Amino acid sequence: MKRTKLFKLMPAAILAVGMFMMIVPAGSAQDVGPSISTLRGLAPLDQTGSAPRIPQTEETDRQRARNYPEQPPTIPHKIDGYQLDKNGNQCLSCHARTRVAESGAPMISVTHFMDRDWQALATVSPRRYFCNQCHVVQLRTPEAVENTFVDVDSLLAVESKPGAN
Amino acid sequence: MTKLMNLVRNFWGTMRRPSVHLSLGFLSIGGFVAGVIFWGGFNTALEFTNTESFCISCHEMENNVYQELRTTVHFTNQSGVRATCPDCHVPHDWTDKIARKMQASKEVWGKIFGTINTREKFLEKRLELAKHEWSRLKSNDSLECRNCHSAESMDFSIQSPRAAEAHSTFLVTGEKTCIDCHKGIAHTLPNMAGVKGWN
Ligand code: HEC
Ligand code: HEC
Ligand code: HEC
Ligand code: HEC
Ligand code: HEC
Repeated sequence: MKRTKLFKLMPAAILAVGMFMMIVPAGSAQDVGPSISTLRGLAPLDQTGSAPRIPQTEETDRQRARNYPEQPPTIPHKIDGYQLDKNGNQCLSCHARTRVAESGAPMISVTHFMDRDWQALATVSPRRYFCNQCHVVQLRTPEAVENTFVDVDSLLAVESKPGAN
Repeated sequence: MTKLMNLVRNFWGTMRRPSVHLSLGFLSIGGFVAGVIFWGGFNTALEFTNTESFCISCHEMENNVYQELRTTVHFTNQSGVRATCPDCHVPHDWTDKIARKMQASKEVWGKIFGTINTREKFLEKRLELAKHEWSRLKSNDSLECRNCHSAESMDFSIQSPRAAEAHSTFLVTGEKTCIDCHKGIAHTLPNMAGVKGWN
């Protein structure tokens, strides 16, 4: 008897918890104050804010360190105007196996030839055709939020210190 | 009908008879002036067909290639120098110009006879049209590009390393020409399967 009553109350309880969860983040976001603003910035609603300058693409032409082995490396050069659609893949005109001797670009690794069962195909796997799905250029722009990523070597270094754990 | 024939016959008669009223001087000077006007008119017409507004007065060009050009570096860039259609497609040399016009008029015929009058037909024909341009630029060593760009004036030290590397190994040695590496510089490319350098 008591138990069924409890069950009857369940939906109401879930609802209450849900509502609470919705209210709390909203409340805490308000606490953060003006340090984080929306995309439109601080411009009042009846005015149009000025757009920031478009940042420059970094063109160092040097590989950047990867944060973990499976990370798709970021692109160290501009890709403006490169065609990448069903008609042609300009990235592959430099990064394909047969093109690297001339372009001096690193060849796409063997994972780019594999289907989802890790079967190596003769040509680039369809799921790796659209390169900028995974590889992106880097812009010269200040960090919007602080990056707290810690790479695995740093973790290992902490762990191997005597007295750690 | 007979009236018309008479008129024609009379006119022809007048034309054949040696002039009695006009002096030889007038005729030769007049002929010269008329020549200048016709020649000038021809050249002016040629000049007119050499403007971008003429090229894109034909909607095939305005809707397809022009729209694509607008997003590229040859339409807006930091230095504010623009390349228009004839800069890349019409040779500056006069005889080459006429030869190219004859070939271009084939594209105009294409419009009249409806071979590229829809987007779909244009796309179907695109590879063929592009191949014409590639082989033309290949055979004249990218002359139109070099009307504005020259390898000698390139400062490799301020080019991006990729550009400097490619230009110093293949361009200045004459092994390759601009169009070998810069296909699609002004327009969207057709299906590139089978085109050299593309996979
Ligand atoms: C003109 C030839 C060329 C084209 C086109 C090109 N790349 Fe590159 N790419 C290079 C070269 C050369 C490098 C080596 C570093 C350098 O010189 O920039 C490179 C480096 C890279 C790297 C870094 C690899 C690493 O191990 O760090 C990535 C990722 C990359 N390119 C992706 C792309 C993508 C995606 C595209 C198409 C949007 C593209 N590239 C188009 C020539 C090219
Ligand atoms: C699904 C995500 C994905 C797509 C799509 C993709 N890549 Fe990658 N790429 C990766 C990952 C992950 C790595 C690093 C690990 C590896 O080699 O597999 C990588 C590595 C690379 C490297 C460095 C290879 C090396 O040996 O240093 C190059 C160059 C590269 N990709 C180019 C390309 C190009 C060009 C394309 C488009 C044809 C492309 N990638 C598409 C995920 C992707
Ligand atoms: C009317 C002069 C003119 C002609 C003709 C011309 N260009 Fe350009 N080109 C320019 C200008 C101007 C720029 C932009 C320079 C700048 O960055 O300010 C440019 C930029 C370029 C770039 C750099 C692209 C980039 O993303 O920075 C390439 C590549 C190029 N042209 C190739 C060609 C090729 C190939 C041809 C022949 C098919 C050609 N150009 C014909 C004037 C011309
Ligand atoms: C061997 C191939 C090759 C040839 C031939 C070649 N280029 Fe390039 N060019 C490149 C590469 C690679 C880049 C750098 C990557 C990119 O812009 O896509 C480049 C970049 C450029 C740039 C931009 C430079 C920069 O630093 O931003 C211009 C302008 C240019 N090329 C013009 C020309 C002209 C004009 C010709 C013919 C006289 C020519 N190129 C011939 C491969 C070539
Ligand atoms: C910077 C040089 C340049 C300029 C400017 C330019 N073109 Fe092109 N055009 C080319 C090249 C190179 C090709 C060969 C195909 C390719 O590589 O995209 C071409 C191809 C074409 C083709 C064949 C179909 C195709 O897309 O391949 C047509 C039609 C054409 N251009 C019309 C125009 C018109 C109209 C304009 C002016 C609005 C124009 N072009 C401006 C360089 C240029």
